[in-house]
Amino acid sequence: MRRVVITGTGMVSPLGCGTEISWSRLIAGQNAARLVTEFEVEDLPAKIACRIPTDPSIEGAFNPDDWMEPKEQRKVDPFIVYGVAAADMALADAGWHPKTDDDQCATGVLIGSGIGGLEGIVEAGYTLRDKGPRRISPFFIPGRLINLVSGQVSIKHKLRGPNHAVVTACSTGAHAIGDAARLIALGDADVMVAGGAESPICRISLAGFAACKALSTQHNDNPQKASRPYDRDRDGFVMGEGAGIVVLEELEHAKARGAKIYAEVVGYGLSGDAFHITAPSEDGDGAFRCMTAALKRAGISASELDYINAHGTSTMADTIELGAVERLVGNAASKISMSSTKSAVGHLLGAAGAIEAIFSTLAIRDNIAPPTLNLDNPDVETGIDLVPHVARKREINVALSNSFGFGGTNASLVLRRYEG
Amino acid sequence: MSDIAERVKKIVIDHLGVDADKVVEGASFIDDLGADSLDTVELVMAFEEEFGVEIPDDAADSILTVGDAVKFIEKAQA
Repeated sequence: MRRVVITGTGMVSPLGCGTEISWSRLIAGQNAARLVTEFEVEDLPAKIACRIPTDPSIEGAFNPDDWMEPKEQRKVDPFIVYGVAAADMALADAGWHPKTDDDQCATGVLIGSGIGGLEGIVEAGYTLRDKGPRRISPFFIPGRLINLVSGQVSIKHKLRGPNHAVVTACSTGAHAIGDAARLIALGDADVMVAGGAESPICRISLAGFAACKALSTQHNDNPQKASRPYDRDRDGFVMGEGAGIVVLEELEHAKARGAKIYAEVVGYGLSGDAFHITAPSEDGDGAFRCMTAALKRAGISASELDYINAHGTSTMADTIELGAVERLVGNAASKISMSSTKSAVGHLLGAAGAIEAIFSTLAIRDNIAPPTLNLDNPDVETGIDLVPHVARKREINVALSNSFGFGGTNASLVLRRYEG
Repeated sequence: MSDIAERVKKIVIDHLGVDADKVVEGASFIDDLGADSLDTVELVMAFEEEFGVEIPDDAADSILTVGDAVKFIEKAQA
């Protein structure tokens, strides 16, 4: 199969607009969690979230007008704006702006979302109830559909290759990158714009995830302490928002045009738990088989892993994933660093796997493992370095990024330094 | 310009994001103001909402310019 490398990245995250600013703040140990003030939260059990900074006085603030005309923004839910923005950044970073028929048709898009335009559906529901069907906008459907991020990006940049979207809850971003890499490996495209976008922070979503007992509810008065993967006082995840997009490219295609190569996508594994709609099986079987499949595809042994970006949502499932990793790496545990960047940016649901794959890529580029914030009292003992509190400078040549979603859907990506 | 024409013009500017000086009586929503077929559906809905009139689909199909919209609404409200 053909080899696939990452040649561009783009990100809108709770730490800022842009890959580099998000990354520098991440490794500096910044935490994006705060009280939600944009809508009523008094009656919600979870009142906090990791929101994208939009105050223009903050460096790296996100201004949607920079990426989409206001009249177009009005027609879509924010996840589409985030996805379009991150894709613009990734394509600019890759320096890939196809002009010829051949180049446009060899470039595809595969961007997913976990839940898509939830808030817009709620609003349209009110309109339908209060004003009747004649007041439902013609943009209601195309502004909410998950694959419309891929659609909008393809239209904006004239990308006429495979156009696809993934919906696998919190595994979406990782599945999108893995599936897109496979399309390139099999020859369906030479370049793919891939990742995830999500704008879930609204009342119905906070209510729904809290009802599933998935959200942190005990740290509303101290939001920055709420996302604490592996810590004994963790009590659920903190919701995040944003988008992460990569440009994936066939290796020879990237070399021929002298593109900057961040890392190679060497492995991708998938599995299903077949156990429960929201909980992983206690033996971590799904996670273990998923990681094993990714390493097998990469032709890499577990002992060669340097860094793992954990799914680590700050829920009870953290220790199940940790157990599966311990089983995977065996005696090599002491040489591996594993952290959850959700401790800093929260859980971006369908975008999580994509921004975490980007963080893993940058961990390789800069030889630095981002920290797990708030890990004051590890819930279980482990020989694996969980990178508590501060980033760790260390050699990282191979990284694995895990994503696990509701429905028991698992994805692991293995990335390796490209040596040329 | 009549009150109705002013209000129509404002809706067109808001929805299509175009400069005010382009929104003249003879301007075609699609050919001159950059609207697509979905934009025109939304414009008609906005006119209905603003003026409290019902614009049936067959009538909407014949509203192609700013002037068409003003004329339809003036007639409906007369």
